[in-house]
Amino acid sequence: MAVPRDYAYDEEQEMLKSAVKRFVSDIEPLSSLRSSLAGTEDPHLGDTRLGYFDLDAWARMTSLGWQALALPEQAGGADMGLVSAVAVVEEIGFGAMPSPLGVTLESSFLLREMNSEAALEVSRRIVDGEAVTWGFMTSEGSLDVSVNGVQENEGVLKGAVHFVQDLQKCKALLLPATNSGRTAWFVVELDSPGTSIKRDRIVDLTRDQGSVLFENVQATQLSDYLPDNQVYQRARPALLTLISADIAGSAEWMLQTTVEYAKTRIQFDRPIGFFQAVKHPLVDVMVHIDGTRSLVYAAAATFDHEREGALPAALSAKASASETAEFSANRGTQLHGGIGFTWESDVQIYHKRLIHSQHLLGDGMHHRRELAALL
Amino acid sequence: MALDRSFKDQVEFAAYCREWLAKNRPEPTRIPLPQAAYEVTLPEHREYLEDWQNKCYKAGLIATDLPVEYGGHGFEGFQQVATSEVQKANVPYFINWIGLGMAAPTLLTHGTESQKRNFLPTIFSAKDIWCQGFSEPGAGSDLASLQAKAERKGDSWIVNGSKVWNSLGALASWMLLLVRTDRNDKYGGLTYFVCAMDSPGVSVKPIHKMTGESGFNEVHLEDVVIPDDQRVDEVGAGWKVAMSTLTSERGAATGVGAVASSDSPMSHVERLVDLAKSTTRNGLSSWDDPAVRDRITRLYVRVSALVENGKRAQSKHLSGSAMRLPLQFKLVHSEILQEIHQVALSILGPSSSLYVGDADAVEEGKWALGYMNTYTNTISGGSSEIQRNILGERVLGLPKTK
Repeated sequence: MAVPRDYAYDEEQEMLKSAVKRFVSDIEPLSSLRSSLAGTEDPHLGDTRLGYFDLDAWARMTSLGWQALALPEQAGGADMGLVSAVAVVEEIGFGAMPSPLGVTLESSFLLREMNSEAALEVSRRIVDGEAVTWGFMTSEGSLDVSVNGVQENEGVLKGAVHFVQDLQKCKALLLPATNSGRTAWFVVELDSPGTSIKRDRIVDLTRDQGSVLFENVQATQLSDYLPDNQVYQRARPALLTLISADIAGSAEWMLQTTVEYAKTRIQFDRPIGFFQAVKHPLVDVMVHIDGTRSLVYAAAATFDHEREGALPAALSAKASASETAEFSANRGTQLHGGIGFTWESDVQIYHKRLIHSQHLLGDGMHHRRELAALL
Repeated sequence: MALDRSFKDQVEFAAYCREWLAKNRPEPTRIPLPQAAYEVTLPEHREYLEDWQNKCYKAGLIATDLPVEYGGHGFEGFQQVATSEVQKANVPYFINWIGLGMAAPTLLTHGTESQKRNFLPTIFSAKDIWCQGFSEPGAGSDLASLQAKAERKGDSWIVNGSKVWNSLGALASWMLLLVRTDRNDKYGGLTYFVCAMDSPGVSVKPIHKMTGESGFNEVHLEDVVIPDDQRVDEVGAGWKVAMSTLTSERGAATGVGAVASSDSPMSHVERLVDLAKSTTRNGLSSWDDPAVRDRITRLYVRVSALVENGKRAQSKHLSGSAMRLPLQFKLVHSEILQEIHQVALSILGPSSSLYVGDADAVEEGKWALGYMNTYTNTISGGSSEIQRNILGERVLGLPKTK
């Protein structure tokens, strides 16, 4: 099957994307996030922050079915594919919205690869509005499942996973565990006996993160035991593409906001955007974003229509997105001058989300190393 | 000149193009062709390339989607297919790239009915080569400050002045010409003409570039008579027409002219990968050096993005504001191409010093030559700095620099 020239992005995706855009802009996620942060500003003095989660907004989103858009019809999902999921996540990124929507969509692409009644059961819980996350990193950030150390024996897990995203917003965690060198995927209820959670204190204010320790925890098996963590390998292009879409959205906000500032901030009797030292880097940010956005839609359409080409397309997308994240955050803050460096400005919130996303699942250098092997 | 075949769809047409290109690929020339059509000067190259372009035109690969009355083939949605097959086929470039890429789109938009009927068919067939007379010694990035002037005399205009950086001037029959018709109005005082190069008073003097090649020229115009029916659009509309020419030059990567650029940016990256894999130093291949590999892979990702930008620009919903993607093409393409050559010189190391004509030069010295020629792309047709002004002002809405 060939990838359609227009990425199979049509009226349907366009309507969905504008609906998400309107929704996010109506609830103004950052103003409610800010009130939850009061008193926690100073990392030397502040309390450990709780992951901010607008339950009402989540209930409204799930009533519209956005969390289930990529799940199979069998489970009650909309079966819409990665291009549609990317359109939604781009707007979540544009709003820097604290929400488990991203990890839940990622989980749905993992669940799709598990081919079991138990995985369909978890999918149905998502359809019913439950947020689900996933993870299997070691404390060094390694994604190699053969060294990650969660062991399964007769349905009971031992070990730990780290850097799990939006953990505090979710009820269940998907993870792989090994048994005699082979890997299967499991679901664990995060409040089950033997589970303990360490909440990380992180730079990004719009996400939460943590580690989960398992001491003889009951888990439900979701996939067969397979070599090479195949479930993850098959879903991985989708996961990389979704994070890249979030970056494309956040970076576009950074561009638009910095352009507006450059039009209104007067120095030397002119709006600073008159000066080429400001104008040209903003053009370069736009060029970065557009390249990333094109690669993101290409990767999504390739995943949906030509699975064998999905990995290189996704590696390119995340390599590009990671650079766009770094560059747009850097120029956005710098060109705002002093105000961009303050807590008061939303620029800092986006900056932190962007650099967090830059490193999620590997940065540009990481993905280029893997891509090079395919050239 | 309708092609005597009907095609069911793009897939069938693509197969036809591939087959035709494979069957009709010309034998190489005795003296190798220069790297780009800019630098063609030898009569035997000219003849060879005119013949090649004319064959491709007759086969339907040029002017594929244009109306039959203007010399087109009357298809719909097939030009893109032909363009991409030509780029993949690794065949000689089209010599009349200014005619295809700039004159044709400008005349299609701004020309009179008879200008279109007269000029377009011989542009496509390469019977008439075109060149461009915009820049002057005193008017480069600030193009509208140009001083060559045209004065009305009855049904004609008398033109005096100098044009510079004129590619293909020595071979051309026609020139796109931008001149001043009103001294008191910088932008509104410009008018656009097409000028026959064999008119009395036109003289062409070659300029040697830093590469040593003489691709472009200085053109002097002394009391040159241009009939009023060779004026394009209204008197005083020259700036608008010139901007439309330059927008075509900067490439949108689509339309009638795109077919003129014979190799795709991705083919340069592929050649760079090959170069790294075949170069060894201290017993290691350059490709095994992670620093080199990372730089090349980064270029690969940027070129992939450029290619996808071209596709996204065609998507109804994802293209963004109208000119946002098309206006980026020239800037991004030219800077990537330059960096590709910089990386190639790094890989070559000391061998990068060997130039065209040295028996030991890798690939006949094409990387060093190509490196220097990339400045043609980053400087001509509006330098990268001007491109950033245009993008910042027209797309992002930032205050104008001028």
